[in-house]
Amino acid sequence: MIELTIDKKKVRVEPGTTILKAARQVGVEIPTLCHFELCDMGIENKPGGCRICVVEVEGRRNLQPSCITEVQEGMVIKTHNVRVLNARTTVLKLIISDHPFDCLVCAKSGECELQSLATQFGIRSLPYEGEQSHYRKDTSPSIIRDVDKCIMCRRCEMMCNDVQTVGALAAVNRGFMSVVAPAFEMNLVDSPCTYCGQCVSVCPTGALTEVDHTNDIIRALSDPTKTVVVQTAPAVRAALGEEFGLPPGALVTGKMTAALRELGFDYVFDTDFSADLTIMEEGTELLQRIRRHLAGDSTVRLPILTSCCPGWVNFFEHNFPDLLDVPSTAKSPQQMFGAIAKSWFAEKIGVDRKDLVVVSIMPCLAKKYECQRDEFKTDGNPDVDFSISTRELAAFIKQANIDFLNLPDEDFDDPMGESTGAGVIFGNTGGVIEAACRTAYELHTGRSLEKVDFHALRGMEGIRSATVDFDGLQLNIGIAHGLGNARKLLDEVRAGTSQYHAIEIMACPGGCIGGGGQPYHHGHSEILAQRAAALYTEDERKTIRKSHQNPSIVRLYDEFLGHPGSQKAHNLLHTEYFPKSNEVSIHLNGHNGQ
Amino acid sequence: MSKYNTHLLVCAGTGCHSSESNLVYEMLRDEVMRKGLDKTVQIIRTGCFGFCEKGPILKILPDNTFYTQVKPTDAREIIDEHVIKGRKVTRLLYADPETNSPILNSTQMSFYKKQLRVALRNCGAIDPENIDESIARDAYQALGKVLLEYTPQETIDVIKQSGLRGRGGAGFSTGLKWELTARNESTQKYVVCNADEGDPGAFMDRSILEGDPHVILEAMAICGFCIGANKGLIYIRAEYPMAIKRLKIAISQAKEYGLMGERIFDSDFSFDITLKYGAGAFVCGEETALIHSMEGKRGEPSNKPPYPAQSGYLGKPTCVNNVETFANVPVIILKGADWFSSIGTAKSKGTKVFALAGKINNVGLIEVPMGTTLREIIYEIGGGIKNGKKFKAVQTGGPSGGCLTEKHLDTPIDYESLAAAGSMMGSGGMIVLDEDDCMVSVAKFYLDFIVEESCGKCVPCRIGNKRLYETLDRITVGKGKPEDIEKLKNLCSVIKDTSLCGLGQTSPNPVLSTLNNFMEEYHEHVYEKKCRSGKCRSLLYYVISEEECIGCMACKRVCPTHAISGEKKEVHQINQEICIKCGACMEKCQFDAIHLQNDYPKVTAII
Repeated sequence: MIELTIDKKKVRVEPGTTILKAARQVGVEIPTLCHFELCDMGIENKPGGCRICVVEVEGRRNLQPSCITEVQEGMVIKTHNVRVLNARTTVLKLIISDHPFDCLVCAKSGECELQSLATQFGIRSLPYEGEQSHYRKDTSPSIIRDVDKCIMCRRCEMMCNDVQTVGALAAVNRGFMSVVAPAFEMNLVDSPCTYCGQCVSVCPTGALTEVDHTNDIIRALSDPTKTVVVQTAPAVRAALGEEFGLPPGALVTGKMTAALRELGFDYVFDTDFSADLTIMEEGTELLQRIRRHLAGDSTVRLPILTSCCPGWVNFFEHNFPDLLDVPSTAKSPQQMFGAIAKSWFAEKIGVDRKDLVVVSIMPCLAKKYECQRDEFKTDGNPDVDFSISTRELAAFIKQANIDFLNLPDEDFDDPMGESTGAGVIFGNTGGVIEAACRTAYELHTGRSLEKVDFHALRGMEGIRSATVDFDGLQLNIGIAHGLGNARKLLDEVRAGTSQYHAIEIMACPGGCIGGGGQPYHHGHSEILAQRAAALYTEDERKTIRKSHQNPSIVRLYDEFLGHPGSQKAHNLLHTEYFPKSNEVSIHLNGHNGQ
Repeated sequence: MSKYNTHLLVCAGTGCHSSESNLVYEMLRDEVMRKGLDKTVQIIRTGCFGFCEKGPILKILPDNTFYTQVKPTDAREIIDEHVIKGRKVTRLLYADPETNSPILNSTQMSFYKKQLRVALRNCGAIDPENIDESIARDAYQALGKVLLEYTPQETIDVIKQSGLRGRGGAGFSTGLKWELTARNESTQKYVVCNADEGDPGAFMDRSILEGDPHVILEAMAICGFCIGANKGLIYIRAEYPMAIKRLKIAISQAKEYGLMGERIFDSDFSFDITLKYGAGAFVCGEETALIHSMEGKRGEPSNKPPYPAQSGYLGKPTCVNNVETFANVPVIILKGADWFSSIGTAKSKGTKVFALAGKINNVGLIEVPMGTTLREIIYEIGGGIKNGKKFKAVQTGGPSGGCLTEKHLDTPIDYESLAAAGSMMGSGGMIVLDEDDCMVSVAKFYLDFIVEESCGKCVPCRIGNKRLYETLDRITVGKGKPEDIEKLKNLCSVIKDTSLCGLGQTSPNPVLSTLNNFMEEYHEHVYEKKCRSGKCRSLLYYVISEEECIGCMACKRVCPTHAISGEKKEVHQINQEICIKCGACMEKCQFDAIHLQNDYPKVTAII
């Protein structure tokens, strides 16, 4: 143990501890900006670039960045003397001097960490006037880059490269014009970006934000010729409450449903319904592949990979174009919902698909891109018209002055609001494969599964594996969340060394509960754990916890689809994948053109 | 075998090469062949003599004749007169700048008299592309000695005792650096030679690499032996094609001779060297940035610790030394630590190479013992200030250094005294400024460079230096405000205090040292809107002389901003608030009535 003194307080810490963390142990909270951590997941960004966290260390000539400086025996540290405060304030003023002063209209206002620091430091004047760096604004289907607001904290770069291994973002240029951008400052759409949105979820300022579709939805809601249907993803109900001051993990399913009805949606449905449907199709495909494999068919591809996560789909299309036949062909729950809503349901209520607007509320930014994919359109009309994030929904509810906290709990509409506990846990890493196991077990063995909780499949480790006993059939299950972890499992598949029969992959750390469209967690990883726990609670509360027992799903197959894997199901609920080049295409549009 | 009695040494350094020294060489060779002298006259292309401003240089041995600015067409005369008839070609001899009389023997040149060439000892003396000439000057003897006679620790002790310190700028003890790297256990370690010379106007490393490449290879191998590394990397600027070419030749020749590669001198020690090219970023001279660049990453520094000695190239213990540092190593081994430490001052041993430039008569590369005074360098070696102007300051240490003044002229130069005077040793840039130089503009010049070269990683360097530059720019165009000076001081101290790497931590030095030593010039710019040297164009004023003006109205008609007033046949006046200093009036005036002056032409200065 190492003993040191911080602001006259003695502290003993493990060797290798940084000053920042040692200070926290004695209740000294040193302000930071570029430093970012999701400690439960081993994710940390500490380039030591912003210099906001500098402290004075006796005997050292210069101020030291507390986020990367490790403690030494006998160190004497001052975290708030005049020298330190002047340095921090000057540095903060310098950052602000190269930042647009448009807080009033910035998408990040209220959530911006730079803004919070300016408030905390009481910045009232800007003595360092001068040129501001300007860059081209870049809009993609999911993410907007307004890098005039980039403060070079490199969090997005760390997420994109170290955690996700996507490699779309990195620091470019030198000196004053340094900024994080795709290579050659090309557009995000031309880069290997998967739209997972993890860059957005860690950006401290408004440099990276989502494309906002709220106004499109308002327009649809106010159009009397349109019937507007909304679906809400599992992870949304576990996080939306945070935007209204509720503690993380507060389940707001009923209030969310009521709010959506207040906002004017004609039918409030649940993506959990189509999650159950996904299990029917994906679980059937899983069993079919395994049975063929056991029967000695060497052409069958195993493991089967889940395909619910659009960020993950983009990732393998970019990085593993040689393995496009490995993932399940089942569409994601969002797209299954859209396909059924605009066929079965539209017929039911006698509305032409062109007059039915399907909106999705998602914890995800890649969903925005997914619903715009050409293969999910019929005659140019998309199965899902607009996808908005949990954050956008919260802003919409606030804008409509709905008193969210005092809303009565309401239920989803029929028939696409019915769901089981299996659909709910889709929002957690491991949830999809657990739901699939519940159904596949019963379909395979023909017997009822008594213990539906597969605890071995749960948890927050980046890569997990478990063997599930299907009455003698030992199924090896792999689970990865975070695309860097996914890459490791995919490399095994490519090398032919994978031991798994089935792998679940979610692009975002924690799964959808940690999605790029969720309320900002600002590095508090316990928030993710609380959201995950909430979904398991909702699962437990459900009377039906196996997808194939969802009465609406049973009805859907009886009335419309026939059986899982039928031709009709294939046409509506399955898709194909396309190789995406990772080659760099350079657009000579210059970095300074505005 | 031929026995030569005359040696013609033609400088083939980059400077002389670009003024056609290769043609001089060819013409001399042709002439020697034609006259059938090739058995007795040897012509060698050498490395740099340091006297680059007067290149191409031709030195003739054994009589130490020093010809400057030799043209290819001079070859015949040199061979006929000097070589055959023994009569020196007076018009090509270097002439003393003060007496104007030609100097017959180069040892009499004041440029060389005070110099002591240790790192540069072979530059200008050997053909760098011929390993035999290097070996004749003791190359690889030191390597053989340590491999056969010393343990690694004994070798490290010699280097430590010699007092050799890093010549790249920071001045860390070389022996200690080796020892720290040696102590870190690892199956793989690396020796890196930092040849990413980036200071504007500095070329000492280039000259050593071009003139004596084997000394670097040998020293790297010695370092590898000491720290337990069998792999060396030279990180060299891609803008140094000649140095790269000569290094490649040297490496292949050394391998051919068994002086590099497997089991050198039949010992258990193997060592191999590869070249890595830098893409010309100044910050890559910082060792952590250099390592990142070698790894193919963005060239930006990272926090220390961990030091490269702990975790460097590819995460392995790595010893990074500068070219000039390495150039001192073999000679220390051969002549001993005591010999080396007898040169220099109490804490700074040996010599230092400087690139002498600016308003000085003898521009070039010099090497002097530590402790030589600035006065000796400027007035004796440098031959004094050009055109008899008055000395104002000398800028040392490159862009991160500072300006020293008259009062520092007798300070013995070493790491400590330069730092105490507010400058630094740096890699050895030395630019002399005279009374025509504006010190605010000088600070602005260096900041401009820093702003260009900052890697952009940390805020104080990325934005702070930009704001420093902008403030200085405002001051030089007459828009400085009184509070700017305090702002500059605070910004400088915060940038020094909070920047991530050495580049950022020293970047405000040009501003701080000019603020310390030339505050009155800042005050003149800010309060009186005056630049005493007349360098700041915005602070020059067009005025009409009452004596000369006849009131012809020609200037008034031509003024694009109607800044000139005055009736016909009356003296005209220029309104300084409106004047844009285009100079059209002065050009038009046929009576020389319009002058430029650097005092604001009103009774009271505006504030």
